[in-house]
Amino acid sequence: MPAGIRDKVAILGMGCSKFGERWDSDAADLMVEAYSEAIKDAGIETKQIEAAWLATAIEEQHVGKSAVPLATALRLPFIPVTRVENFCASGTEAFRGAVYAVASGAADIALALGVEKLKDTGYGGLPQRGRGTLNNMIWPNLSAPGLFAQLAAAYCTKHGVSREDLKRAMAHISVKSHDNAANNPKAHLRNRIALDTVLNAPMVAEPLGLYDCCGVSDGAACAIVTTPEIARAMGKTDIVSVKALQLSVSNGFEAQSNSWDGSYFHTTRIAAARAYEEAAIGKPRKEIDLVEVHDCFSVTELVTLEDLQLSAEGRAINDVLDGFYDADGIIPCQIDGGLKCFGHPIGASGLRMIYEMYLQILGRAGERQRKAPPRLGMTHNLGGFPHQNVCSVAIVGRYGD
Amino acid sequence: MAFGILAAGAYIPRLRLQRKSIVDANRWFAPGLASLGKGERAMCNWDEDAITMAVEAARDATVGQDRRRIGTLYFASTTFPFLDRLNAGVVAEAISLSEELNALDIASSQRCGTSALIAALRGGTESLVVAAEHRRSRAASSVELTSGDGAAAFVIGAGKPVARLLGSAERTVDFVDHFRTADSVYDYQWEERWIRDAGYMTIVPPVIARCLAAAGVVPRDVTQFCMPAMVPRVVNAVAKAAEIPDAAVADNLHAVCGDTGAAHPLLLLVSALERAKLGDRILVVGFGQGADALLFECTGTLTATSGRLGSAGHLMRRREEKSYAKFLAFNDLIEIERGMRAETDKLTPLSSLWRNRDTVTGMIGGKCLVCGTIQFPITRICVNPNCDAVDSQEKHIFAEKIGRVNSFTADRLTYSPDPPACYGMVQFEGGGQWMMDFTDVDADQLVVGMRMRMMFRIKDVDNQRGFRRYFWKAAPVEATEGKF
Repeated sequence: MPAGIRDKVAILGMGCSKFGERWDSDAADLMVEAYSEAIKDAGIETKQIEAAWLATAIEEQHVGKSAVPLATALRLPFIPVTRVENFCASGTEAFRGAVYAVASGAADIALALGVEKLKDTGYGGLPQRGRGTLNNMIWPNLSAPGLFAQLAAAYCTKHGVSREDLKRAMAHISVKSHDNAANNPKAHLRNRIALDTVLNAPMVAEPLGLYDCCGVSDGAACAIVTTPEIARAMGKTDIVSVKALQLSVSNGFEAQSNSWDGSYFHTTRIAAARAYEEAAIGKPRKEIDLVEVHDCFSVTELVTLEDLQLSAEGRAINDVLDGFYDADGIIPCQIDGGLKCFGHPIGASGLRMIYEMYLQILGRAGERQRKAPPRLGMTHNLGGFPHQNVCSVAIVGRYGD
Repeated sequence: MAFGILAAGAYIPRLRLQRKSIVDANRWFAPGLASLGKGERAMCNWDEDAITMAVEAARDATVGQDRRRIGTLYFASTTFPFLDRLNAGVVAEAISLSEELNALDIASSQRCGTSALIAALRGGTESLVVAAEHRRSRAASSVELTSGDGAAAFVIGAGKPVARLLGSAERTVDFVDHFRTADSVYDYQWEERWIRDAGYMTIVPPVIARCLAAAGVVPRDVTQFCMPAMVPRVVNAVAKAAEIPDAAVADNLHAVCGDTGAAHPLLLLVSALERAKLGDRILVVGFGQGADALLFECTGTLTATSGRLGSAGHLMRRREEKSYAKFLAFNDLIEIERGMRAETDKLTPLSSLWRNRDTVTGMIGGKCLVCGTIQFPITRICVNPNCDAVDSQEKHIFAEKIGRVNSFTADRLTYSPDPPACYGMVQFEGGGQWMMDFTDVDADQLVVGMRMRMMFRIKDVDNQRGFRRYFWKAAPVEATEGKF
């Protein structure tokens, strides 16, 4: 096991745009909105940034390819800028690039920015698009909810759970995220909803109804990172550092070999185990204070809580219904509203999760602030589909703990 | 070793449009159609065409047999999806026939099915004759009510035939009862009474007489007489004129299927063989710009091989369809609002299709010769994490495998011509799994563990370029199990 990056990199500043249907903004405007907050928070000038990473997934809908759109929007001074894309986990990939650059000593200050402008599609939901030449010929006629819905059938079969019990737990998850987002001024969906509304909503992909699906939003989020030493030298006293940053990518095992039963995320289990080792966390359910998971669909959140070892296998439904993950529970999950209600501008989402952890750890989360600010927070950013995906797990916490 | 029909198969689409729904919808315009409103007609699902039905009929005729022996493939249809691309070539690759194959598309007449059968029965290599038709008709036409979609297939060769040919006769004349040109979608038809009197009644009886004379069989010894006719009851009149007993006139499947065009004489023959006793004489007539007549003697019984459905089994594998609007939409007879999601470009790069034809058209996966892992699709490096062998896989056909549903959904978001789009993970017996489209399934029917068989279907239609691509989909086995 390599030494890892625990406490080698500190977050100097972060920013996040308002998420939502941003009819007023191009992707470049959103980038500037998130960046302006981050650079002010960091207390530096643009010329001090030495390397940058741009995350965006469905670039054909807005900025097009390459890192040029970021360099141009922020007028970065001819520094190395890299565009990354790894499905919906792209945001954490940009963060990983910036963190690794600082950890390696290649840069003192690096920037990660994720953006997505999805609401120029002309219709609701993610854009219908090609998947690659051969994939177009042999993949099913899929949508994201349809592939994540597969979890439900497999999970219920494996654990002997009825569709009704699963639907109730999923509904609790969505109601909770709407409640949480009501306290978040930057969230896309801030309305509270009733359990019955969720249960009686139109079906999108059996058994996922309308409110089991996250919002499709415009938005951007940004992180500026440096070493803890530089942060301290710049006068920062309360420092949030990266404890772990892991990525696991499917290699066909889940899609092709029938050793995988479809009820869990193979990659999440691997990435989580590695992250806990990197962060020296032995008992996640006891040590993690706050979690943001990739709740693209309510069922994803449910299954993921087990894959992250926060709930025992087959027990997430009970924990969810017991309020364990509510804002006033033991480990709040999606205290900012999550993808479900904060919104899901794909390239920005991973950075938005880290943004929330950063605010909560520093006690700057406003109305939704946990009373006892968390010391260790975890983000889980997933891209792709249950049977083939990329999974990022990041753990951030107080430097020096 | 005797020469003749070694095996027979059929395919009839699962959807059966209730004729009443056609008549009711069109009563305001064509009240005269009411007399045709009884029974049901077979109707292609949105993802079926002459090619996919031919594949199913061919599979039905060759269940459990070595298809690599087949040296010639005749594919007869007047509704080929491609005018210049060998339709038989698609069928051949889908059912993994030998590439050393003589493959022919036979077209342009309602009797091209019987003509193909005669050609195959003249001898030579073991051959597969398949006829399939996706009938096209205008809304509120009588053809819409009398036609149906379907396919039939025969293996012809030396062995233990279920039927051998006693005699045949043909006549070719340019009698144009209806026509369809390269530029038209629908038939243009002349008056029925003229077709009956100057067509069937004048042309067919002498051909039957020559056929029976060649076979040395007298008309009263014909046990089953199979002749599709677009004009009602003309078959009884022809039988009378040819001195064939009226009791021998075979049911034309009008009530349960409809006339499947060029495939219909062959479908009636399959049906007749399923009912036949040893020694029965079955006369088959195809009519169109003349006539073909073939007289068979039943010399064996069609075995009830597991997995074979034949005509009777496919007729029982049915789902009533009451929505005439769905039929209109599936057949491009109305322009429905499909939404922006339907606008996605469906271009198929032909070079990639060629490279990947085993995967896409044949659904051929791989078996690792190092660790034994069976996987789809075939790739250069084995998927088993404890193996990682490179270039270690031999071809392994998944198309004929049974799989079980491991997970599923019914998706109302993605664009489908027939929402909801049902798909899920299928785990194959013996190993391997793949996330795939389901077809011929109702959403409320889906359960984990459901047994599925593979069916060759249209994957996407490229509306910009007219191309259509095919791939395999999973359909419930329960509905297709070999009980016949």
